[in-house]
Amino acid sequence: MRYAMVIDTLKCVGCSDCVVACQTENDVPVGYCRDWITETVDGSYPNVVLELKSERCNHCENAPCVRCCPTGASHIIDGGIVLVTPNECIGCGACIESCPYDARYSHPEGGYVDKCTFCNHRLEKGQLPACVSVCPTNCMYFGDLDNPNSKVSRLLKNRKYKTLAPEAGTKPQVYYLI
Amino acid sequence: MFPKKLLDMVTSRRKFIKISALGFCGAVASSSVISAFGGNSILNELVAENIAKKLKKTATYCEVCFWKCAAWAHSDEQGNIKKIIGNDIDPHCNGRLCPRGTGGIGMYSDEDRLKTPLIRTTIDGEQTFREASWDEALDLIASKFKQVKDTHGAESIALLKHGSPGKHLEHLFKAYGSDTIAEPAYAQCRGPRETGFALTYGSWVGSPEPTDIRDTKCLVLIGSHIGENMHNTQVQEMSDAIDNGATIITVDPRFSTAASKSQHWLAIKPATDIALMLAWMNVLIEEELYDKEYVDKYCTGFNQLRDHVLNFTPEWAYGITTIKPAEIRKTARAMANAAPSVIIHPGRHVTWYGDDSQRARAMAILNALLGSWGRRGGFYFKESLKVPKFPHPKYPEPKWGWQDIGKKFPLAQMGITTEVMKCAIPTEENHEKYPVKAMMIAGTNITKSIPNKKLLEDAIENLEFIVVLDTMPMDVTGYADIVLPECTYLERYDDIRSSPNREPSIAVRIPAVKPKYDSKPGWWVAKQIGERLGLSEYFKFDDYEEVIEWQLNKLGTSLEEMKKIGVKQFPRKSGSLYLEEGKTHEFATESGKIELYSNQLKSLGFDPIPVFTKHPEPPQGFYRLNYGRAPMHTFSRTANNPNLNDLMNENKLWVNPKVARILDLKTGQKVWLRNQDKVTSTFPIKVRITERIRWDSVYMVHGFGHDNKKLTKAFGKGINDTQMITKVAVDPIMGGTGMRGNFVEILTENPHKTVTI
Amino acid sequence: MQEEIFVSGRDIPNIDPSLEIWHWPIGLYLFLGGLAAGIILFASIVVILNKEDEYPTTVKYASIIPPIALVIGLIALIYDLKNPLYSWQLYTTIRIESPMSWGAWVLLIVTPLSFLWVFSYFSELFPTWDLKFEWLKKFEQFVKKNRKNMAYLLVPLSIILGVYTGILLSAFNARPLWNNAILGPLFLTSGLSTGAAAIILLAKTAQERHLFGKVDLALIIIELGLIIHMLMGMYAGSEVQLEAMRLLVGGEFTVLFFGFVVILGLIIPGILEALEIKGYKVPVAIPALLVLIGGLIFRFVMVEAGQITRYLY
Repeated sequence: MRYAMVIDTLKCVGCSDCVVACQTENDVPVGYCRDWITETVDGSYPNVVLELKSERCNHCENAPCVRCCPTGASHIIDGGIVLVTPNECIGCGACIESCPYDARYSHPEGGYVDKCTFCNHRLEKGQLPACVSVCPTNCMYFGDLDNPNSKVSRLLKNRKYKTLAPEAGTKPQVYYLI
Repeated sequence: MFPKKLLDMVTSRRKFIKISALGFCGAVASSSVISAFGGNSILNELVAENIAKKLKKTATYCEVCFWKCAAWAHSDEQGNIKKIIGNDIDPHCNGRLCPRGTGGIGMYSDEDRLKTPLIRTTIDGEQTFREASWDEALDLIASKFKQVKDTHGAESIALLKHGSPGKHLEHLFKAYGSDTIAEPAYAQCRGPRETGFALTYGSWVGSPEPTDIRDTKCLVLIGSHIGENMHNTQVQEMSDAIDNGATIITVDPRFSTAASKSQHWLAIKPATDIALMLAWMNVLIEEELYDKEYVDKYCTGFNQLRDHVLNFTPEWAYGITTIKPAEIRKTARAMANAAPSVIIHPGRHVTWYGDDSQRARAMAILNALLGSWGRRGGFYFKESLKVPKFPHPKYPEPKWGWQDIGKKFPLAQMGITTEVMKCAIPTEENHEKYPVKAMMIAGTNITKSIPNKKLLEDAIENLEFIVVLDTMPMDVTGYADIVLPECTYLERYDDIRSSPNREPSIAVRIPAVKPKYDSKPGWWVAKQIGERLGLSEYFKFDDYEEVIEWQLNKLGTSLEEMKKIGVKQFPRKSGSLYLEEGKTHEFATESGKIELYSNQLKSLGFDPIPVFTKHPEPPQGFYRLNYGRAPMHTFSRTANNPNLNDLMNENKLWVNPKVARILDLKTGQKVWLRNQDKVTSTFPIKVRITERIRWDSVYMVHGFGHDNKKLTKAFGKGINDTQMITKVAVDPIMGGTGMRGNFVEILTENPHKTVTI
Repeated sequence: MQEEIFVSGRDIPNIDPSLEIWHWPIGLYLFLGGLAAGIILFASIVVILNKEDEYPTTVKYASIIPPIALVIGLIALIYDLKNPLYSWQLYTTIRIESPMSWGAWVLLIVTPLSFLWVFSYFSELFPTWDLKFEWLKKFEQFVKKNRKNMAYLLVPLSIILGVYTGILLSAFNARPLWNNAILGPLFLTSGLSTGAAAIILLAKTAQERHLFGKVDLALIIIELGLIIHMLMGMYAGSEVQLEAMRLLVGGEFTVLFFGFVVILGLIIPGILEALEIKGYKVPVAIPALLVLIGGLIFRFVMVEAGQITRYLY
């Protein structure tokens, strides 16, 4: 089992529904977020290219946050999901510093470090991550890359894609179709 | 006791009250204290627990925008709304809400909500609001309404409204004998396209639009920015169309999100769309690409159209639109290739330049030439279910109403807000015949939905009495004599939603939680006022639940069932979704055909076929003010919503890098705007230097720059574009207020030197 | 023109500023750790070489600094933890890949040893104080006897501690300013240099002053070499590393870095120390204090600037 998220930048309109849905699903306090939208504009009027994409923890195969965690609070579970156990986290911030995607934040109430969990609690019930389940453009896909017939495997086989900051060597598991 | 107080109210000039200036702040929220301390003790495990908790699901439909997606509100045992998830079987959302629907919980949890009725009063010479009981506020409203009715007639009480509360109040007003009703959704928004399409096809476009986007092969967006304009299924279906490899053609002077998804982006010079469409018609006819069979069978006036567009060649249009002839031909052929699975999208907010019904006509005609109306991948024949009316006595016949007020616009099909407002001003010609003396405003923040602030303020100054019903202390509440706090859609029953769709469906709104604070549902307010006006016969129910229960039973279902399913689909009864081969079809026009040439327009003295008229261009040093929407906000009503404010808390001024170089602007720099009529923006706005905008225009998202301090998150963030819109190009056909002809200069120095912001 | 912006989520006050999760206590902690490592290393070497009598300041008086510095450093570290009640979780596991983890363990060993070290000199440091209990006296004798063993243990431990303060940062692949192999040796050198400066400050004899003056001068020269090496490495590196370098060279940290760290914290004290060794009359406190202040600012600059540098956005 190797979970991955595939996001089609050709369809994403940057509406940010994924951001709110994550906030309400995971009790992320108002003023914080586990996912976010970026916009890149290239070219000059009227020859312009625009890319919108939803970003979050990349659940890296080679996760620097897990390696640098002094207590083992950051860990990888079956399926490759990177999680933080709140009551093992001392809030040292090493993982926040280690993440090339700046995907982690310090939870204002608990003091622990919080981030995207791929909605593991939903996966356990057979549901998709909240962000994927609400996306009005259906531009987000989630599935198992070890299964060659899964939608995500097929998309990566048939479409051009990229990952974020590949030079950081983290082997991200969030892929962007381009 | 009332008359004295009323006298006090009426004799003093009505000053704008910021609700923050509340006389005595009994309602200083203790909630901030709670959030400061309560949270800290919560430890990690709680997060996991919260998620695992069983949540109660209540059927509702969304009211953050007016697409009205059906959803499930999830609430916990303490009565907190935790999340709102789309209803899987709802054709408006297919189980997927947009960010505003998902963030609808913020409407409920916003701590700045109106909490109790407020009455205007004077303390130490200062006008302010004091808190009041519902009884006092309602009694006062009733006595004032009676007073106006006695002296001027019930018609002199006008209603401006939007959304669900409007429906309940409309019933109240009609029962009381007033049909002086209008909403900005018509003359400030969709009106021209309804008129234009009705003239051509005999049918409104309506909402949701019957555009068969999911099956289209070619989608043409003219100034319509689906994706930023987040009407749910439109966005979903556009995404399906992208998956299906449909060609998207976007005509927009701004590189919109939709433009970025398009194969063809025609970066048109603003205000020249009709020229482009005439050239498209020219190509389709000259190159014989139009659907001859369809035109022969269903259309009338083709010969006149052919003669009319003969000279409107792409070369002619190039000089006007700056779009190269080759590009015009290429896109016309792309449409023809896809026909009849092609949609020239009618747009939604279409009050731009004053010839908007004609532009809508041009769109309608193009669709007819391509044979897309009534075809798969074009426009389907929508159908909705008629919800039986809960029994009540017949409404009295008003002596005059919105139709009489808007008479000079022969094809106005709904009340025109600006014309209704004018009736309050003694110097306006309509005032004598149709004196508007009192006004109720519900669910619309008119200072941001209606242009020409001076007109609004003149009208407000002359009105004897204003009541505002809203959930939030919007700017408009500052002009009210009485402010009534409405509870949000998550806390109330409302009418059954029955909208036109591929298959008819209904949805219900059941309160998920009890109303917060001392807020009340719109139906309750209408009923309470009605009873005080002696209209009890019109409100023969204790709870609105009884009304929809009665209606649902009539429709062959029950409240119990609807509480479980939220949405119910019904089979179509009006026949096929599309035109059927070998069958005739009668259109609801005068001729029974699609009218390419409109005799009706001709007889009223208007152009029977659209012509291009030149519109003013920005003078030196000025830029055309363009405005639009962001996917995470609905007009101005969501700017303070904590969840949505988190996503976007201010609008920015889009400026082309060339302009930035000339004016030496930096991204993030604060600037002020001044328009051609020397109106200066109250607040500054931050500059965004971007290649997505032309050098002759600036752009901002509509609905920011809130002027009421009580909106703690939204106050002073960005500029209110409507404030800058003082020049209005009125559509002579239906009274639409064209708002895209305003030009602004960019001020880098604070023009309000004495004001500290 | 290229434009990269956050549409939503990240561009809000609570997220991006708090990504700068480490504040001044971390800089202070790294400085104090390096300082303690330097003094402990010098004291241990002096003891191993049996030169305690020639360099009493090093082994005795200056050695009071490390336990105090380490305790303050630890307090600063815990102060900057967001969930300090769970700090004990550090000692439920050893995570080889996490510098933070083995730093915590090294500190757990070095800090008590540094106390024992001072305790072994108790009678000499505080001759008028009498240890009340017999077993304490016996214990003092015990640690005194084992001082050399402690020294053997502390030489590698202090080097690890000194290197750790640099590696804690350089292990972060995500922060281009930190992510280079020079940072470990650089922080070790800087720590030793501040240690030497502290000894100079407290030294009572010209001999001890001169020795550590020479040591410090050598360390300053090495440190300057390492800084040049680090900047050259970044200059030759990828775009993100170039951007990181620009923060120090021609960016918002240039004045602090070149003014206070390189010139005032290294070059000027280096010259002054050289002059002093040559026999010119220089108040030694000045170069020593400059080195200490320079070392502290160096840590602040690196911690602050490093957090600004990113791969994305």
